[in-house]
Amino acid sequence: MPDATPRQAEPMLEVQDLARYFDVSRPWLQRVLAGEKRRVLRAVDGVSFSIPKGTTLSLVGESGCGKSTVARLVVGLYRPTRGRVLFDGQDLEQARADAAQRRRMQMIFQDPYASLNPRWRIRDIIAEPIRAFGLTPDKAAQTLKVQELLTQVGLSPQDGEKYPHEFSGGQRQRISIARALSSNPEFLVCDEPTSALDVSVQAQILNLMKDLQQRLGLTYLFISHNLAVVRQISDRVGVMYLGRLVELAPAETLFTTPRHPYTRALMEAIPDLEMSGRQRIPVGGEVPSPINPPPGCPFHPRCPLANARCRAEVPVLIPARSTPEALVACHAVEEGRDQPEAPLPAQRIGTTATAL
Amino acid sequence: MRLWLGLGLLGLLALGAVAAPWVQQALGVDPFTPDLFLRFGPPSAEHPLGTDELGRDMLLRLLHGARVSLVVGVAVALGATLLGTAIGLAAAWAGGWLDAVLMRIADGMLALPALPLLVVLAAVDTGRFGLPRGEAAADIARIVVILTLFGWVGGARLARAAALTQLAQDYVAAARVAGAGEVRVLLRHVLPNILGPITVATALAVAGAILAESTLSFLGLGIQPPAPSWGNMLANAQELVFSAPWVAFWPGLMILLAVAGCTLVADGLRQRVP
Repeated sequence: MPDATPRQAEPMLEVQDLARYFDVSRPWLQRVLAGEKRRVLRAVDGVSFSIPKGTTLSLVGESGCGKSTVARLVVGLYRPTRGRVLFDGQDLEQARADAAQRRRMQMIFQDPYASLNPRWRIRDIIAEPIRAFGLTPDKAAQTLKVQELLTQVGLSPQDGEKYPHEFSGGQRQRISIARALSSNPEFLVCDEPTSALDVSVQAQILNLMKDLQQRLGLTYLFISHNLAVVRQISDRVGVMYLGRLVELAPAETLFTTPRHPYTRALMEAIPDLEMSGRQRIPVGGEVPSPINPPPGCPFHPRCPLANARCRAEVPVLIPARSTPEALVACHAVEEGRDQPEAPLPAQRIGTTATAL
Repeated sequence: MRLWLGLGLLGLLALGAVAAPWVQQALGVDPFTPDLFLRFGPPSAEHPLGTDELGRDMLLRLLHGARVSLVVGVAVALGATLLGTAIGLAAAWAGGWLDAVLMRIADGMLALPALPLLVVLAAVDTGRFGLPRGEAAADIARIVVILTLFGWVGGARLARAAALTQLAQDYVAAARVAGAGEVRVLLRHVLPNILGPITVATALAVAGAILAESTLSFLGLGIQPPAPSWGNMLANAQELVFSAPWVAFWPGLMILLAVAGCTLVADGLRQRVP
C-alpha cells in the first residue's frame, strides 16, 4: 500500500492493517435459547497509517467510527484482533514490556472529570508515571519535577496539594497534560482532549499543546470530531468511517480539496464563508451498524456517487487522481466519477449530513 | 448527628463490656454462680438490675454478654467485609469465567436457607476435631467463622458492582497508560474509591452479626450457658415474660440498642461518604 508519509522523517508510530473486534453477543445460555449467532462489532477494521516524528496526525469521524478504539489500541489498552502497531520500529508488545520504551508514550483522555482519580492529590496524580516507571527515586527531586510540570502547563506549583474537584475542566485537562508529560514522553495520544471543554478553553489547551510540541519535539496522534480543532493542530488528517480510513491527506489538502464523498460531506457540515460557493453533496441517512456493516464500500448506502461496483467491492486507500498527496478509498474518485467535466447546475445549498 | 448518636451508643456498650471485671469487683458478686435463695431478686444496692431465675446478677451478666455480642459483631463484620471485598474486586477485575464462577457461588449462598444451615453447622461437635469443647472462647470462634462464611456474599456483590463502575473510569485507563501495574491499580486507585459504600455496609453487617449471634444463642446453638450472652439470656427468660419481665427486658433492650447504634452509624456514614 502506498504511503503519503514524507520519506525523510522516521515514523514514530506505524500501524499496519490494525483491527479490533468486540464480541457483543448475549450471554451463552440466552444466545443458545434464542438460536442466535455470535455478534461481533468491528470497531476498527483494517487501518494503516504512520506518524513521522515531531508531527501530528489527526483522526476524525463521527461517534462510533472507531477513532477512540484506535487510540486505545495504539497505547496498548486494547490488544489488536489483527494487524500490528510498531512504536519507533519496535513491536508494541515488546515496547510495552520495557519500561524505558513504555514511558516514551503517554495518553491524554477526553473527560477531564473522569481521568483524574478524585481521591488523589494533584502532586500524586502527576507523579504517578514517575513512580510507576521508577524514573526519579528521590522524593525531593520528584516534588521539584512536579512543580516544574505544573508551571509548564500554566498552573501554580502550590496547586499540587489540592484535589481534582477544586479545579475547572480546563485546569483539569492541564493536569492531565502535566501527568502525561511527567515521564518525558516523545509520543502523546490525545483522545478528544478538548471536546469536553468550553470553546474559549479549547483554544488555550490547543495552544498549550502546540507550544509543548514545538518545545519538546512531541509527536501527536490526535483524535477529534471537531474539524476546526483538527485544522488548527494537524499536519495530516485521517478520516474514519465505520472502522476504516476513507481518506488520509495533508491537513491543507484535505481542507481545501477534500476528495472522498464522506470527507466532502463533513466539510459541508462546517459553517464557513469561504466554502459557500462550492458544489454540495447532500448526505442523508444514518451510520450503518458496525455489527452488520454493508458489503462493498461501507459508505455506499449514503453516498450520492455509489454504483454497482461500490456495493460489491471494498475500495482500498490509494493516491487520488489530481491530488496524489491524498490517499482516498473510493471507487468514484479512482474512476474520476467525482469530478464532472462541466460544473453542475447549482444544487440545493445545505446538507443533511449529521453534525459531527 | 446520627453518626455521633450511634457512636455514642456503641461507645457506652463497649465501655460497659470492657469495664465488666471492675464492676464485678466493685459489686463483689459472682455472676456465674447460681444462688437459689436470691431468685428474681428486685433491684438493690448489691444487684442494681436485680437477679435472674438462678439468682445471678443481671447487670454483670449483661455486661459480660456485651463482650460476646460486640466481639462477634465486629469480628464477623470485618472478616466478611475483607473476604467479600477481596472476592468482589477479583471478580470485577478478572471478568469472564472467574467472575461468573464467583458470582454463581455467591448466588448459591444467597439461595441457601441460612438459618437451618446455621443450625446444622452450629451443632457440629468441635470436640471431634480436637478443639476445646464447651468453652466460651471456642463457641465465639465457631460462631464468628460460621457467620463470616455466610456474610461475605453481600460485601462481595457490593464491592464487585462498585469496582466495575470504577474500573470503567478513565482514571484507571490513565493509570495503566502511566505505567501502574494491575495490583497498584486495584489497591491504590479502585479500592479507595469504593471504600465509602463498603464502610456503610460493614457498619450494617455488625448489626446483622449481633442479631445472628443472638438468634443462634437463643436457639441454644451459640454461646452455651453458663457463659452469658444476650441471646441465651433471652432464651432462659422466655417462660418468665409475665412473672419476671425484667429478665427478658434487659437483654432485649441491649440487643435493640446495639443494633440501633450500628444502624445509626451506617446511616450517618452514608450521608458523609460520597
